[in-house]
Amino acid sequence: MSVPANLRYTESHEWVRKEPDGTVTIGITDHAQNALGDIVFLELPEAGREVAAREEVAVVESVKAASDIYAPIAGEIVAANTDAIDTPESVNTDAYAAWLFKIKPANLDDIDALLTADAYKAVIDAA
Amino acid sequence: MGAMRYTEEAFVTPGPFSFQDGELSLSKQTPLYATHVAAGAKLVDFAGWDMPIHYGSQLEEHKLVRADAGMFDVSHMLPVDVEGAGAQDFLRRLLANNIDKLKEPGRALYSCMLNERGGVVDDLITYFFSPAQLPPFYRIVVNASTADKDIAWMRKQAAAMPGGGNVTITARRDFAMIAVQGPQARTKVWAALPGSQAVSEPLKYFQAVQFNDITLCRTGYTGEDGFELIVPTPRVVEIWNALAAAGVKPAGLGARDTLRLEAGMNLYGQDMDDNVGPLESGLAWTVDFNEGRDFVGRAALEAAPPARALVGIVLEDRGVLRSHMQVFTDEGGFGETTSGSFAPSMNASIAFARVPASVSIGDVVHVDIRGKQLKARVVKTPFVRHGKVLV
Repeated sequence: MSVPANLRYTESHEWVRKEPDGTVTIGITDHAQNALGDIVFLELPEAGREVAAREEVAVVESVKAASDIYAPIAGEIVAANTDAIDTPESVNTDAYAAWLFKIKPANLDDIDALLTADAYKAVIDAA
Repeated sequence: MGAMRYTEEAFVTPGPFSFQDGELSLSKQTPLYATHVAAGAKLVDFAGWDMPIHYGSQLEEHKLVRADAGMFDVSHMLPVDVEGAGAQDFLRRLLANNIDKLKEPGRALYSCMLNERGGVVDDLITYFFSPAQLPPFYRIVVNASTADKDIAWMRKQAAAMPGGGNVTITARRDFAMIAVQGPQARTKVWAALPGSQAVSEPLKYFQAVQFNDITLCRTGYTGEDGFELIVPTPRVVEIWNALAAAGVKPAGLGARDTLRLEAGMNLYGQDMDDNVGPLESGLAWTVDFNEGRDFVGRAALEAAPPARALVGIVLEDRGVLRSHMQVFTDEGGFGETTSGSFAPSMNASIAFARVPASVSIGDVVHVDIRGKQLKARVVKTPFVRHGKVLV
């Protein structure tokens, strides 16, 4: 399973990318899309919503299962990927290109507390 | 991502402990297990069996069966032979459908087997065979999840009849089964089994014929044409490989579940069970009340007219229907989905829902999905048959 070195991760299989404009982009990992199977539906948060770390903010549904997606850090939702809503299978095709939502973090340093690629690899290897 | 929810319960129920070859094993394996592993199948526990849920993509396998052909290992299902002078009378009592409909050898009948309360012990297919130089007999194919319960129930009913029913009931774990389904299924089976076309091409739906040591049955659980093959266990890998060489790709139980739901076919344990009868499960067409036949469960069915009905619904809002979602009717009634999924052939979500019997086709109902009331339309099933969307 692909785990790009330039991203941060959560134990609940979200990936997090720090953007130059001070926002972070969030999606689910390659491992997560593989576990879910063919993805057919995404429910994404509205922009403007304030979220806490570990709060349920989105739902990804495959043919066989549904799974909640958590906000990796606290902040305000600033965007959701509406293209992905129309093509949920794009998450299977490239989980790192098909982002789900963006957060303006309440505290940008919170990102540093998330898992590195190596630490996340250890999580999925142990599973 | 949180824990995956809604995976159909049948796929995650921990199986009973069992002994195989003297070894304690957590779940049972069909003779095709190693073949599935070699093919890269993702295996899950299904009713105590390690079964392939898909071989890469459940969606692609589903679409392949609708457009071409796919094969399923269904060796976890159990053939049970019923023979003896009392076999027909026994089955007239045991089954809610009337075994007398099987007038000629090779015919098959779908039926429920009911308990005294009118609940469904299992749904099954019974074949009638009369081989040359041998006594005629019935072969019943039952669900894997209920096989032990079914045999115990059959023996109990036989024992309650005069002379023990004059029947012998034999579980046939010496057989394995492959379902080959899709518009090209028959042609590909004929290519894989040279000589089989001449004997099996004349078969109508729900007819079967013996070809050497293989029973070819024109039955299935997908809404497509095809055969179910009952084969001696030692031969099943060779036959599976011959089918693969003829261009039939394997499909898992995941695709089998979405195919059968689109085809409007019930799944035992989800859409009906020991506590819910056939008249509230869309299976009234399988219950034969003619001729005053005294079948097990008849009195209970006649004493309690059905208050609920199992209907098909199509979600009109965005989302995915799953089992055990609450349904609200416009008249203030309540119901519940029993099976639900994304329907790959329709690019929409569908379900069966058990609702008040007053609900009619065309009605709008609302389904609670994570606290939101989403709109769904009641439709006539099947949703899909022979590759065509019907709703």
